[in-house]
Amino acid sequence: MRPMNLRRLTSMLITAIALLSASTAMAQLRIEINRGVSEAVPVAVVPFGYDGPGQAPIDAAGVIAGDLERSGRFAPLPGDDMISRPTSGREVNFTDWRLLKTDFLVIGSLLDQGADRYLIRFQVFDVFRGAQVLGFQIPASADSLRAASHRAADMIFEKLTGTPGAFSTRIAYVSVTRQGEKDLYRLFVADADGANPRMISESSQPLMSPGWSPDGRRLAYVSFEGSRSAIFVQELATGKRTEVSARPGINGAPAFSPDGRWLALTLSGQDGNLDIHVLNPATGQLRRLTKNPAIDTEAAWSADGKAIYFTSDRSGGPQVYMVPVDGSGGARRITFEGRYNARPRVTPDGASLAVVHNDQGNYRIALVDLETKSTHILTDGRQDESPSIAPNGSMIIYATRLAGRGTLAAVSTDGRISQTLAAAAGDVREPVWSPYPTY
Amino acid sequence: MQTKRLFIIAIACLLAAGCAKSTKPDEDAADAVGTDGDISRQAGIDTGAVAGGTEYLEPGMLPGDSTLIQETVIYFDFDTARIRPDYSEALSAHARRLVGNQGLNVRLEGHADERGSREYNIGLGERRAQAVRQVLMLQGVSAAQITTVSYGEERPAARGSDEAAWERNRRVEIVYSE
Repeated sequence: MRPMNLRRLTSMLITAIALLSASTAMAQLRIEINRGVSEAVPVAVVPFGYDGPGQAPIDAAGVIAGDLERSGRFAPLPGDDMISRPTSGREVNFTDWRLLKTDFLVIGSLLDQGADRYLIRFQVFDVFRGAQVLGFQIPASADSLRAASHRAADMIFEKLTGTPGAFSTRIAYVSVTRQGEKDLYRLFVADADGANPRMISESSQPLMSPGWSPDGRRLAYVSFEGSRSAIFVQELATGKRTEVSARPGINGAPAFSPDGRWLALTLSGQDGNLDIHVLNPATGQLRRLTKNPAIDTEAAWSADGKAIYFTSDRSGGPQVYMVPVDGSGGARRITFEGRYNARPRVTPDGASLAVVHNDQGNYRIALVDLETKSTHILTDGRQDESPSIAPNGSMIIYATRLAGRGTLAAVSTDGRISQTLAAAAGDVREPVWSPYPTY
Repeated sequence: MQTKRLFIIAIACLLAAGCAKSTKPDEDAADAVGTDGDISRQAGIDTGAVAGGTEYLEPGMLPGDSTLIQETVIYFDFDTARIRPDYSEALSAHARRLVGNQGLNVRLEGHADERGSREYNIGLGERRAQAVRQVLMLQGVSAAQITTVSYGEERPAARGSDEAAWERNRRVEIVYSE
């Protein structure tokens, strides 16, 4: 109980401080859906009932409908089109919903239990069959209502699609704004829908390459605050930062191992030869994995933690290679299509890599099948980069440029769904999707 | 480029010739080099030819070097760390200056244009900085005087997503400190 209160208190404090700083609002992300599947499933999410005094503290139905719509797989019915607004099962008249050609119906209530405690109760109905397919109630406190709504959306999504939802996850990203003659670099963490941005770090020197620990509690990143690159690990709940590598030369591209105990990183030493290393920050143990005069960087761990994929230009231009972590073998080339493949990220099922791929002069995000080595281009920008895969494998978030500004975008792994996430001001870049939350 | 260098050499000769005569400072030569040793150590200050003044040369430097060392940005072609031949004179002047003053340190800050992935571009910037470092070391500069830093695409000199901006960002900046 005690750690929960401390974390909540800390996050409230941080939220309060963030709200006081008006510039935080500038990095709030706004999501626009560009392309959903034409066969998006029609769903009606009816505004939830509320038994407490005054106005409901949250529009839970709105959060759920927004999540389902953002996935690109569902088309929520506008509230104005709803013939009736049931909040309990016995109020449901299936004829109404069949008339509206809705496939699924979500109804619910927010129950005030006093002392800032609530219950989010919801039911999902298959309209055609006229039967309930899911019913649940989720307890929440006053400041976890939004999180509880996302949790409901996760459950509904999983029930209706068979895939776990990723609506309770977060994204980290870098925001750069111009302050007079200088740039201000900031690292943010926000909900996956862009809400609640929280500034993690701020600097007048570049910040780059954020990476989540597998428990979602820490972020590793590169900072140039000492007028050279160094790698920091920051604990999100407390804000406590540790400098884990400030060796001479380059310190770059930090990546936590799946068990959270190791960090893969790029070091160059004074001679400037970039190579992949693995570091145990707790013991200080450092092992070198590549020894090639080429640029070897951008490490990404395989799901079992036994291999690292990375970018190397040892064959002339950047391609993706793989090297076993235990040193039992040399690096093997993975990508063969196209003259530029870099910045690999492994899909959760281990079957593919998302990469930055140069397609006739345009830098685009592509998926490379690890078995067949075939390349499937997912995006259509000119400067697409920094792909990061949702923990359920369904969406890839990445950085792109729109109207001269750095913007984030997301695309489904089959390429059919796309959306952009634009900041109000400045550039946003380097999005990284968090792991599933650990409750 | 050639004409400018000839001009500089011509002026240098004139100055050398004018050394023996007594000189009256010009009104607008308030910053003339004269005998103030500090000025020539600051990057970007015009220590160039002033009629009636004397070029200040630090130990090891040759006449004309004080102008050559004003060239502190080396630009690169796309996807390469090859140093174009037109920079070799300026780099030699920097090398002579560093060899002549072991207490002087230099930071070579490497950069890349925005295209492609960020950490790979850190590598490209570093490769360029290392290329300049090699040139300096081959001319006798000690490694202890040189630090390289790569900013990749993170600190562009020019904003924009066109060739004009990209070619101004592919660079190494030479920054002196004591």
